[in-house]
Amino acid sequence: MSNGAAEITALTAAEARRALDARELSAIELTRSYLARIDRLDDEIGAYLHVMRDVALSQAETADRRIAAGNSEPMTGIPVALKDVLCTIDAPTTAASRILEGFRPPYDATVVNRLRRQGAVFLGKANTDEFAMGSSNENSAFKPVRNPWHRDRVPGGSSGGPAAAVAAEMAMVSLGSDTGGSIRQPAGFCGVVGLKPTYGRVSRFGLLAFASSLDQIGPFARTVRDAAMVLQAIAGHDPFDATSSPEPSPDYSRALSGDIRGMKIGLAREYTADGMEDGVFAAFNSAIHRFRALGAEIVSIDLPHTEYALPTYYITAPAEASANLARYDGVKYGSVETASTLRETYARTRGKGFGPEVKRRIMLGTYALSSGYYDAYYIKAQKVRTLIKQDFDAAWSKVDAIVAPTSPTVAFPLGARTDDPYQMYLADVFTIPANMAGIPGVAVPCGFSEELPVSLQVLGPAFAEATILRIADAYERTESWAARRPQIAAAG
Amino acid sequence: MVDQNGQKSPVASGYEAVIGLEVHAQLLTQSKMFCGCSARYADAAPNTLVCVVCGGFPGALPVLNQAAVEAAIVTGLALNCDIPRFSKLDRKNYFYPDLPKGYQISQYDMPLAVDGHLEFASGGQTRRARITRVHVEEDTGRLVHRTEANGSRVSLIDLNRSGVPLMEIVGEPDLRSPEEARDYLTALRQILRYIGVSTGNMEEGAFRCDANVSVRERGGPLGAKVEVKNMNSFRAVERALRFEQERQTEALQTGQRIEQETRGWIEDRGVTMSQRTKEQAHDYRYFPEPDLPPLIVSEETVSGLTSRLPEMPAQRRARFAQQYGLAESESMQLTAERTVADFFETVAQSDGVDRPSSAANWIVNDLTGLQRSRGLAPDRLPLSARQLQDLLDALEQSRVTVRAAKELLPQIREGEAVMMAAARLNLLVLDAAGEIRDAVVATIAAFPAAVADYQGGKHAAIGRLIGETMRRTDGRADPEEVRRVLEEELIRG
Repeated sequence: MSNGAAEITALTAAEARRALDARELSAIELTRSYLARIDRLDDEIGAYLHVMRDVALSQAETADRRIAAGNSEPMTGIPVALKDVLCTIDAPTTAASRILEGFRPPYDATVVNRLRRQGAVFLGKANTDEFAMGSSNENSAFKPVRNPWHRDRVPGGSSGGPAAAVAAEMAMVSLGSDTGGSIRQPAGFCGVVGLKPTYGRVSRFGLLAFASSLDQIGPFARTVRDAAMVLQAIAGHDPFDATSSPEPSPDYSRALSGDIRGMKIGLAREYTADGMEDGVFAAFNSAIHRFRALGAEIVSIDLPHTEYALPTYYITAPAEASANLARYDGVKYGSVETASTLRETYARTRGKGFGPEVKRRIMLGTYALSSGYYDAYYIKAQKVRTLIKQDFDAAWSKVDAIVAPTSPTVAFPLGARTDDPYQMYLADVFTIPANMAGIPGVAVPCGFSEELPVSLQVLGPAFAEATILRIADAYERTESWAARRPQIAAAG
Repeated sequence: MVDQNGQKSPVASGYEAVIGLEVHAQLLTQSKMFCGCSARYADAAPNTLVCVVCGGFPGALPVLNQAAVEAAIVTGLALNCDIPRFSKLDRKNYFYPDLPKGYQISQYDMPLAVDGHLEFASGGQTRRARITRVHVEEDTGRLVHRTEANGSRVSLIDLNRSGVPLMEIVGEPDLRSPEEARDYLTALRQILRYIGVSTGNMEEGAFRCDANVSVRERGGPLGAKVEVKNMNSFRAVERALRFEQERQTEALQTGQRIEQETRGWIEDRGVTMSQRTKEQAHDYRYFPEPDLPPLIVSEETVSGLTSRLPEMPAQRRARFAQQYGLAESESMQLTAERTVADFFETVAQSDGVDRPSSAANWIVNDLTGLQRSRGLAPDRLPLSARQLQDLLDALEQSRVTVRAAKELLPQIREGEAVMMAAARLNLLVLDAAGEIRDAVVATIAAFPAAVADYQGGKHAAIGRLIGETMRRTDGRADPEEVRRVLEEELIRG
């Protein structure tokens, strides 16, 4: 409380919006506070790959003029971190990969464009697992991200940078992408709110594709209300993304009534996997009691194909990735290792440019799509995917939403799972089914275990973001987890 | 299917070729398959028609061009195909520098049109070949290989063509000779031009053909299939197929085995050469394109497109012969191009004497010759239908002579009224009541001796007077008319 800058960066976006519009705070002040905090702390955390200092200051000045003219929109002057898989015309976009080192896209992603038009302030490009492939952010080609709650723990992944930036108050809100849990799981590990919207709710145009049928962009924030505000700004149909939905977006903030009396919330026994830690189980159970206390009815449901979600995902996602990453061949952009033959140029460029996890997934996917294996792997995975979707469809006839732990564990130590890809993949066992079914999910903090955040996720039917945000917000109002902040001291 | 190739084939009669063609045709859309870039790249400087989508940039997504889908469906309908309710796009994966995404968006197992057939004339008969499928895909960019001034060899990439809509028309192996293959291609190209989906121009690469050819003992089991690529004209297709037919037949006769492989046609040497064997064949790892939702083709769409189909060339040919009483060769020539057929029908249906046969005569004998000498495309005639109509009117009204009309024809300017052109060139028949009579009167006054001879009974003297009158009218007067007016005036006098 003694430090003025710390005070400012502790504001939620909703609070900042009110203060900015009341002229109690300027966007330039707010931006400078965040940039100062990034300068002070990010060597410790590693949340940013590229800080957009000049862009941010210029955007903040413009935002202040706009606010003064009475033309502010919800995101005007709000400092945002962007996962480095989102194309930005005024900053490098690398997907934390050597193969795109220094690459500057000639265009903005649709979500970036929408935030830019609202007058948001871009603090920088946030760290990630290379091409969003990973669950700990240790696959970044440039540097790992450390968990703001404990420097020897991972922040989760792949959106470790955007999650850690919000948790460490180095961004007010941020954008990540979630293919198998890459927003919700790091939100859980870092103790912030993370929302994966319905597939098609947010345009993917300008998102460096990992698995096109699963990828979805969504916000990180310190409160559910802030997440709803960011979603409002980025959601909606985009003529440049044929998979984006024409369904109109409702007013998400208005849905946050705090009242969930009479709502039916499903509890699936399949989400109590063997590997779940006691501390996670305990925190989740007390959250269930809290939902009952809020007047919700807890209903037992079955999602019988849940156990097949992980293997199905690890066929579908690498298969799509194997094609999506073929364009990184050194011919048009990015780094290139020239050799005497075309074939050798491809091999060296990709051999040197991609990290081990990206290569592993390209090989997995290539194998799954190969002649003679296609039916046994890819086709079968698509059939199972339909079954997983049908599980959820059946559940929606009984309940309004489903709650489950976001991850079976709290943040694990750096290096603990890097030698065992399968253990690493298990970190997403509870988040993957929502991607396979295309449904929305929001992760909210629900307690602590071993001094590390525990998280639950609320899943809902397609396009029911308003419902899951309402439930998460009602829960958040009764608990004060968000008030607890990580203590970070700059090294040296 | 019976062999059509009995007469002059050098191939031993115990063997027959089995040929199926795969045709790639560029679709005549304004924009590319998946982005808003212009698809008309012919005269554009390299890499000027490229965006993040067709340039394969990170994060870019395709959006399907509806016009391209409709063009392919229309083609399917024109080829008597079924149009499935459900279709989808797929990714075909391979690495090459002209393919910026590292995969081509195509259609694998659920094409837009299936199970059709094409009827075409060959060897004096009507033949029918089955069409397997019609699907859409995107074209690749182009590589330009060249040697720099310093002697280094470079390959340059032009992505203007990348993402231009293509349609692939796959035929069943129902063709039995190179001639038949050529006739099939001719008919197919004619249909594509009729329905306006493609220019069908093979030299410009808008119409490309790969062939699958095998040879077997007549009536025996199918032989190993060889795919022949790189044929850049109708003639090249015919030559390559003939070469391949002979090569395979010879091999079979000498007890050799035909290997399943891909061979390329080497135009200047007139041979095919092995490019890759079955073992080296690509595994394209097709899978559904996740960036594009499946295509649901509604019954309304299909019936709407069906109603937009024009009359097909074969039907039109038959109708012309019957309705207008044209010879087979005439109606063939008049229906080769839709614009020519439309031109003919406009003139044939205009008011006048025996218009169909005179329109046909003028088009076939005069206009196409003029078209050729001016180097016009086969679908561009040097005259408008209105101009030919006016010319026929003038002939029927004796305002021009046939000889003058032939002289006039090549000199009519674009958009010029025919009578104005005739007047400009002094080719109008003189008006009997006016100019001829004036000339006759003047002649009579100038040649009293000849007049006296005539009136004295030497009727042959009129020849001299006719000649003089013709001279006075610069030969534009009809000599019979001059004689008639002369006789009138001489009797009167």
